[in-house]
Amino acid sequence: MRRYLPFIIVICVALLAVGGGAFLYRTKRAANPALKISKTETERPGEIVHVLGPADAAVTLEEFGDFQCPPCGKVSEPINQLQKQYNLRVIYREFPLPIHAHAKEAAYAAEAAARQGRFWQMHDLLYREQAVWSQSLDARALFNAYAGMLQLDLDRFKRDMDSSEVQRQVELDQHRGTAIGVKNTPTIFVNNEALTSEQMNPAQLPATVEAAVKKAKPSS
Amino acid sequence: MKSRKEQPARSTISGSRVQTIFYSAAALISVLGLAEATYLTVVYLSGETAVCGGSSDCFQVLGSSYAKIGPIPVAGLGALAYFSAFSLATFSAFGYGRARTLFGWTVTAMFLMTLWLLFVQAFLLHAFCRYCLFSAAIIFLLMGLLVARPRPEPERS
Repeated sequence: MRRYLPFIIVICVALLAVGGGAFLYRTKRAANPALKISKTETERPGEIVHVLGPADAAVTLEEFGDFQCPPCGKVSEPINQLQKQYNLRVIYREFPLPIHAHAKEAAYAAEAAARQGRFWQMHDLLYREQAVWSQSLDARALFNAYAGMLQLDLDRFKRDMDSSEVQRQVELDQHRGTAIGVKNTPTIFVNNEALTSEQMNPAQLPATVEAAVKKAKPSS
Repeated sequence: MKSRKEQPARSTISGSRVQTIFYSAAALISVLGLAEATYLTVVYLSGETAVCGGSSDCFQVLGSSYAKIGPIPVAGLGALAYFSAFSLATFSAFGYGRARTLFGWTVTAMFLMTLWLLFVQAFLLHAFCRYCLFSAAIIFLLMGLLVARPRPEPERS
């Protein structure tokens, strides 16, 4: 019996590790059910929605993003390219996470730029320069510099960043996300169906969007 | 005369018992590492590291390009390494001589990999993940045990 004991112990631990891992995986998957935007979800009064692309596009991609979140930065450029390629309707919602020190301020900066018609330019700039301002002790100074680069009225930009309207706009987006069940960023919906993390992967995203376009226009 | 003959035999038994205790402790520590690495592999496979929402430092480490080799997560390789260390320590505790040599090589390789991953966290990512630090502590402990392990006494004629 003693001769076989080490084999028995090793096999038992292997089974325990594989079984435990599988159980944990299933539990985690069950804890994150697929999100869906209900058709009754409408914009609240006074809410500004940042939209790129035509209103009658076959595919609408809605992203809840955090400007300081690296995966959001990774999908930003692929989404821009897909928008042009498939003429998508892209909606961006603010969802700054509390774990990121400058995320909320960055969201305010984007909303302040939106007040001067430069939301998407600021959106792209914030993601492009994410590694720089994320590490900065004075991110606000960099946001002001970005506003200058986009030729915004700097005084107005600074005022807007501190205004209650801009802060309320960010809160409205966050409330919308929370109501749907958004917890992480990026959370991306394609035609109101949330994508899985594999589908959101920048390498997989084009295939995901192409499939949605084909589904929406089966004849083409 | 009789007591003189018994002396080496008693020493061998005592040395063997110390080795059994040592390798049993190493096996138990390896099981802890295996549990932790299995958890991280599951986190990776469930896609949690591909989004922000948990600990930002952990995301930065576990979601970085250094957290995988090709399509294989480093945590998965870690789980395999811990399982190997556990199996070899178990067989060593039961007196398998070759398993002891292999255990030494395995722990040394894991130690070197840990040094590289600590370097990546400190100097390339500028972020530390508490799970990775826990794993590093386990491997340092295993390495410490390996260095301090009792050597088998040379047989006397």
